[in-house]
Amino acid sequence: MDTNKLVEALVADIRKPGPSLAGLWWTAAVFATLLAGVVFFITLGPRPDIAEAAETPRFLFKFAVTMALATAAFGAARALSRPGSDWRHTMVYLIAAPAMLLAAVAVELVLVPPTLWGTRLVGTNSLVCLTFIPLIGAGPLVVFLAVLRHGAPTCPRLAGAVAGLLAGGIAATFYAAQCIDDSPLFVVTWYPIAIGLLAGLGALAGERILRW
Amino acid sequence: MNNKQENNLAGLLRAAIEGDARAYDVFLRQAAKLVRAFAARRIVDGSLNPEDIVQETLLAIHLKRHSWRADSPVMPWLYAIARYKLIDAFRRRGRHVEIDIDEIAQSMAAPEVETLASWEVERALAMLSPNQRSVVAVICVDGHSIGDAARDLGMSEGAVRVALHRGLAAIARHFGKRSERD
Repeated sequence: MDTNKLVEALVADIRKPGPSLAGLWWTAAVFATLLAGVVFFITLGPRPDIAEAAETPRFLFKFAVTMALATAAFGAARALSRPGSDWRHTMVYLIAAPAMLLAAVAVELVLVPPTLWGTRLVGTNSLVCLTFIPLIGAGPLVVFLAVLRHGAPTCPRLAGAVAGLLAGGIAATFYAAQCIDDSPLFVVTWYPIAIGLLAGLGALAGERILRW
Repeated sequence: MNNKQENNLAGLLRAAIEGDARAYDVFLRQAAKLVRAFAARRIVDGSLNPEDIVQETLLAIHLKRHSWRADSPVMPWLYAIARYKLIDAFRRRGRHVEIDIDEIAQSMAAPEVETLASWEVERALAMLSPNQRSVVAVICVDGHSIGDAARDLGMSEGAVRVALHRGLAAIARHFGKRSERD
């Protein structure tokens, strides 16, 4: 085929390109959050003592970590959806959530006597955590993968994984409102497994469906 | 890549996205030139036909042009797409060659030329539905305009446009799918 003719064909097909990625990402973020919220309120709902819990730093800190993760992953996912963007730079912010959490773990180890470390770490809700974070995050993951598919990710597997982190960050933010295990020792043990599951799913899906 | 060329290209693509067909034509031809040079520099063993990379990249540019941010430089975007398509083509050929290694290989003796895999896009036409295939073939291979194609095929111009767009998208998808298998 003659490249000149291909150019003419592409010019003939000039009509409007698809919707802009920037707008789509924000729409998707809102939609995914609503979706996660609906699943959360139908299946779990917030814990009964949430008003009192909201006055304790450990409870509030969970949200700081999960929202830091979601925010950083949102920025990275957006960058990864565009060829030639400086996505490596945006990945740096993904360190924030784990760093905050590790710092909180260090403080917790100082505040809590060693005899209680095990109990705090195991908690009472680990299975619920491992079940419901992926469950709440599944819908958002599908939404974000769809946006990435509309975009042009040049690292499909990584983009899928980051979409999983984003979905996981949103899901964990909702889940944290239900979970009564507020110790950073619990959070650092179980949340990453649940969120990592979504990231792994995202990477697998990314390899398959995000190539273009 | 100099600043003037960058600004010029960005201006053309901006106008094209607004619907300026002439700007789009100029943009695509200049993009083809850049990608041709890019691909020729990197395909040193003759295992791929640089023109295939040019065509696949142009197709991808066309279908993914909404992934360019109008306020960001266009050349890094363009080369990132070309690089992705080149790696993809190498992968399809079964060689997991890193681009950087290729550049080193350039200074060494050129290996023997293998058979050229030419006109991958044209070959991909076979994957299309008969309707799309005839429209894309008449326009891309024979070089007819939308109006001529509509008359030749006894279709409305609108139907030709739709079939062309879907056909081009299907060809692009076909490339994506094939690389995923490897």
